Amino acid sequence: MAIDVAAVRRSFPILDRELDGHRLVYLDSAASSLTPEPVLDAMDRYYRWSRSNVNRGVYPLAEEATDLYEGARTTLAGFLDADPVGVVFTKNATEACNLLAYGFVRAHLGPDDVLLSTVMEHHANLVPFTQAAAAVGAEVRHVPITPDGLLDLDAAAELLADGRVTFAAFVHVSNVLGTINDVERLTRMVKDANDRAIVHVDGAQAAPHLPVSFRDLGIDSYAIPGHKMLGPTGIGALVARPELLERMEPFLTGGDMIRDVTLTGATWNDVPHRFEAGTPMIAEAAGLAAAVGVLEGYGMAAVRSHERDLTAQLLDALGTVAGVTVHGPKDVDLRGGAVSFALDGIHPHDVGAMLGSRGGCVRVGHHCTKPLMRCLDVAATTRASSYVYNDVDDLEPLVDGLEAAAAFFAR
Amino acid sequence: MSMEDLYQEIILDHYRKPKNRAPELADEAVHVHHSNPLCGDEMDLRIRVLDDRLDAVVFDGEGCSISQAAASAMTQAVVGRELKDALDLAEDFRRMMHGDDPARPDDLGDGIAFTGVAKFPVRVKCALLGWMALRDAIQTFERGASAHTVTHEE
Ligand SMILES: Cc1ncc(COP(=O)(O)O)c(C=O)c1O
Repeated sequence: MAIDVAAVRRSFPILDRELDGHRLVYLDSAASSLTPEPVLDAMDRYYRWSRSNVNRGVYPLAEEATDLYEGARTTLAGFLDADPVGVVFTKNATEACNLLAYGFVRAHLGPDDVLLSTVMEHHANLVPFTQAAAAVGAEVRHVPITPDGLLDLDAAAELLADGRVTFAAFVHVSNVLGTINDVERLTRMVKDANDRAIVHVDGAQAAPHLPVSFRDLGIDSYAIPGHKMLGPTGIGALVARPELLERMEPFLTGGDMIRDVTLTGATWNDVPHRFEAGTPMIAEAAGLAAAVGVLEGYGMAAVRSHERDLTAQLLDALGTVAGVTVHGPKDVDLRGGAVSFALDGIHPHDVGAMLGSRGGCVRVGHHCTKPLMRCLDVAATTRASSYVYNDVDDLEPLVDGLEAAAAFFAR
Repeated sequence: MSMEDLYQEIILDHYRKPKNRAPELADEAVHVHHSNPLCGDEMDLRIRVLDDRLDAVVFDGEGCSISQAAASAMTQAVVGRELKDALDLAEDFRRMMHGDDPARPDDLGDGIAFTGVAKFPVRVKCALLGWMALRDAIQTFERGASAHTVTHEE
């Protein structure tokens, strides 16, 4: 079933907003997605109807809250084809990466180990691991990109050849280039080079937009943010093989994550609860489960196909604007809906201001990918990114705004 | 918010035809390089000093229209001023960017056109880049040095 954008839009109240008389043209879903009614309702219902803490009370209301929270874990696991025991709720994708960096890399790696990363990582999937590597004295190697913005897998093969890479962390879909990386293939390469290696993937731009099977990817862990997949802010997850979680040290300690506590020590609860210290984000979990329900209602294959078609039209539209250079793959089968570009001679800040004055929301800046900006030899880019509520009628304001910026800032 | 709130005609004039934009300066006393990695703005500022006055100020660099135009307007406003006076004016501009009424609106010259930038917090650092480079150049001169590099993190 194709996405019925008009129907989809009706469930996103914010799309009724006008800004200075302009319709809201939201092309920044790669930063954060909009929120549909069912997600708002689910959170509202928790606060109005089921409000209580989880895992503690024996009264029915508390059981209801616990069911909501644990139900969200099962729902998310189902959505990603993963084991619910391997799902740890975190605040966002960044925290999921940090949990792994602290719980696994810092605890288990040493000076003989090598970490594999790439030059296209978001800081969230880079800094926690470079910091951890520095702390344990491990080397970090970076897979470069080809001129069309794909991971250079020949170079990766060389980096893996000595069999010393024991941990790899790379992104599924680039938030700047849009590139969809061949996770299965790179994972196989890493594991063929060293069968003890752990592979972690940043799914922040993939889980919201593509059908994802954690099992089929063959990886060990996957980080996702709720707020980019129609869910609320304040919740994300580390989705992992339970065996990996078993090997990890707790990152935050305190209530709920313990089995027994004495005045001087403690033993840890089972996974995944071992990694969820204190009162969790209950309303947000309910909201995230509702978001998954909405996405499953559309069908992820339909979401992908809608965005693929729209991205093709976006690339065509950008091609009509003089002075636009698109970064990343031009083949829409190899890319997601985040499209970064330069407008010749005009700084992205100025482009963003012009679009913003016309109701257009795009992201300008380095997109938390400074090493990639250096590779592309740019300081910043303008990025338009689409989702289920975008359609061709959003492309015209973008093109008009870019042409207006070119005229306004012409020297 | 409209484009006109931010981009006054005077600002666009400075952006299109910058004043005192040059890659070098004869007999320069100080050269400072300021960058703002968050937005990728780069600014080279050079000053020549004669009898404790700014005899010449030139800038060069890359960045958004606000950063380039503000630097251009700044050079016009400060050339010929005593160093202490120029520092005082830089402070006045900085306070204006944080929403205060400037104490010396006439002395700021075209700089006054940037009042509206205060309403766009993310652009304030762009408008300040040239002025902060000037302040640094004068302070570097007063320390007896001739070059300084500063990276502004947010
Ligand atoms: C590829 C990628 N990884 C990680 C993140 C970080 O996500 P969060 O802000 O939810 O921690 C983002 C979002 O900005 C992203 O685009």
